[in-house]
Amino acid sequence: MSILINKHTRIIVQGITGHEGLFHTQQMLAYNPATVVGGVTPGKGGEWVLDGKVPVFDSMKLAVETTGANVSVIFVPARGAADAIYEAADAEVPLIVCITEGVPVQDMMRVRNYLDQKKVRLIGPNCPGLLTPGEAKVGIIPGNIALPGNIGVVSRSGTLTYEVLYALKLIGLGSSTCVGIGGDPVNGTNFVDVLGMFEADPHTDKVVMIGEIGGTDEEKAAEFIADSMTKPVVAFIAGQTAPPGKRMGHAGAIIEGGSGLAADKVKALQLVGVRIAAHPEEIPNLLQE
Amino acid sequence: MKLQEYQSKHIFSKYGITIPRGRVAATASEAKQIAEELGGRTVIKSQVLVGGRGKAGGIRLARTPKEVEELATIILGMEIKGLPVRKVLVDEAASIEKEIYLGITNDRSQRKPVMMASSAGGIDIEEVAQQSPEKIIKVYIDPLLGLRDYQARNIAASIDLPREHWRNFIDIARGLWEAYSDCDATLAEINPLVITSDHRLIALDGKMILDDNALFRHPDLADMRDMDSEEPEEIGARKYGLSYIKLDGEIGCMVNGAGLAMATMDIIKLYGGEPANFLDIGGGASAEKVAAALRIILSDPNVKAVLFNIFGGITRGDEVARGILAAMAEVKSHIPMVVRLVGTNSEEGRRLLADARMITAETLAEAAQKAVAAAKGA
Repeated sequence: MSILINKHTRIIVQGITGHEGLFHTQQMLAYNPATVVGGVTPGKGGEWVLDGKVPVFDSMKLAVETTGANVSVIFVPARGAADAIYEAADAEVPLIVCITEGVPVQDMMRVRNYLDQKKVRLIGPNCPGLLTPGEAKVGIIPGNIALPGNIGVVSRSGTLTYEVLYALKLIGLGSSTCVGIGGDPVNGTNFVDVLGMFEADPHTDKVVMIGEIGGTDEEKAAEFIADSMTKPVVAFIAGQTAPPGKRMGHAGAIIEGGSGLAADKVKALQLVGVRIAAHPEEIPNLLQE
Repeated sequence: MKLQEYQSKHIFSKYGITIPRGRVAATASEAKQIAEELGGRTVIKSQVLVGGRGKAGGIRLARTPKEVEELATIILGMEIKGLPVRKVLVDEAASIEKEIYLGITNDRSQRKPVMMASSAGGIDIEEVAQQSPEKIIKVYIDPLLGLRDYQARNIAASIDLPREHWRNFIDIARGLWEAYSDCDATLAEINPLVITSDHRLIALDGKMILDDNALFRHPDLADMRDMDSEEPEEIGARKYGLSYIKLDGEIGCMVNGAGLAMATMDIIKLYGGEPANFLDIGGGASAEKVAAALRIILSDPNVKAVLFNIFGGITRGDEVARGILAAMAEVKSHIPMVVRLVGTNSEEGRRLLADARMITAETLAEAAQKAVAAAKGA
């Protein structure tokens, strides 16, 4: 089993006819052909893409009404990403995954405050999406680097997550679901949300959490782990060597006014019994101990 | 992207916030001329994008235009925290009765803008924030509604602002909110907002930081970028869509992905080295992009070894290897290179690189150890 997505997931791709959108739709189809039910590109409704396998709609409303989709994945460029999220939310899709990088933070604050008034979950933006190995992939996580298993993975980073999934696979470990929550300062879903879902999932036995400098989400996760989690958590925090005041690639990866330091996050997590890996390849060993 | 004080205050003034009369000058004679036009006492303020200008001698009071010229000559020859002063702002001096702090920034944990105010404004506001945070009033703003007048009024009351100034203060708070919101700022700050002896409220100093991700919809603001305050390599990297930050170590790194790039820096340190930079080449790895990245890394004379760490997910390992080889042929360097390629088509990629006598590694730990050893041997 899994959280958020499984083999019954029905995906609409927003921005399906763009370069990225089309390429990754193909990858998602290859992973599980039953999961991709359609795409949206305004002005191209009625067309079919990928050898006639996937229908394109003009609007999310039409796409959802026609296909019964329950997940949207967004590949729309940054200037249109917030609008795409509003459209998906207004079409009542319960899970929206926004891959797009570079969405203005004021757009995200408005989006988040709007979504909080609805029963809609957003993952991302600026994230690799979700993978439930063997069942479904929503986003851009390479399918071939992960095995099905009982380890929940949640991360703020893309390739660092791939690194961990791959290290697990090399020693035969697999994951229940991998969730990339993204590297932006304001996002839809945080560590605490996902840790709660893994705690409730009967098929997740252990959790790997990959954090980085910036913000205080890891510290909040530590509080949640102390109060509400029975399952063991192993963590890695990137950015021990990052200088203060500089944005390390991700919009949210910045040490500001003495807050967001890797050392503080490590300390908070260690205090509540989380094992901290010195580097990503150490994670599989810590999980086996 | 940070704006200079004069740019920030100019924006504030467009939103109805009163600022001192004054103009910016690039030479001492221009500064003198501005002082002559203004008449009376003036303040000469260095325009550099760092804090602590006053304490560094970069803000001076002058009584006569001649004095302005002398002081401007000194300030325009200064470096403050490593940044050369290229411009000074000459403002009329104000007679200050009280200094207030007023700012708006993004509160990431509340996912809302927050307006902050304090009756203890001025140069020590950061100290106030640390030592007596209760002296700073915070009001969260619903980003869908914007700042409401009652919120601004409550702030005025909370900082014990005399009632005669409330109406004016509410207008200033609303103006600051609109400037922050319209310009996609991540910070808009007036410090100090002063009450003058003739009972006016004036924004003596201003600061704005803009969201780089929103500059696409503000081409006029993007043009205000001050290139002097940035490392030339960081400007060069941006042109190629690379994210580069210079550090002080000896091992250059080229990595795909921001999180993995930080983890690579960390593991270099773990094995006894120091990273020379952060560099995320992003998705894909064309020869052109890799070559640009390599040129930037090698322009740092401290670099004694380079570590490539590429996780080929959708990016194919053999493609990356060809990109690296093409870049090497173009850049030509004797500095040892350690390459770790993982994922799709990585065996093929490693074979191509081994033929070119590059040091290859399979794990991140092995790559870091080899890079540290190579840097020490060089």
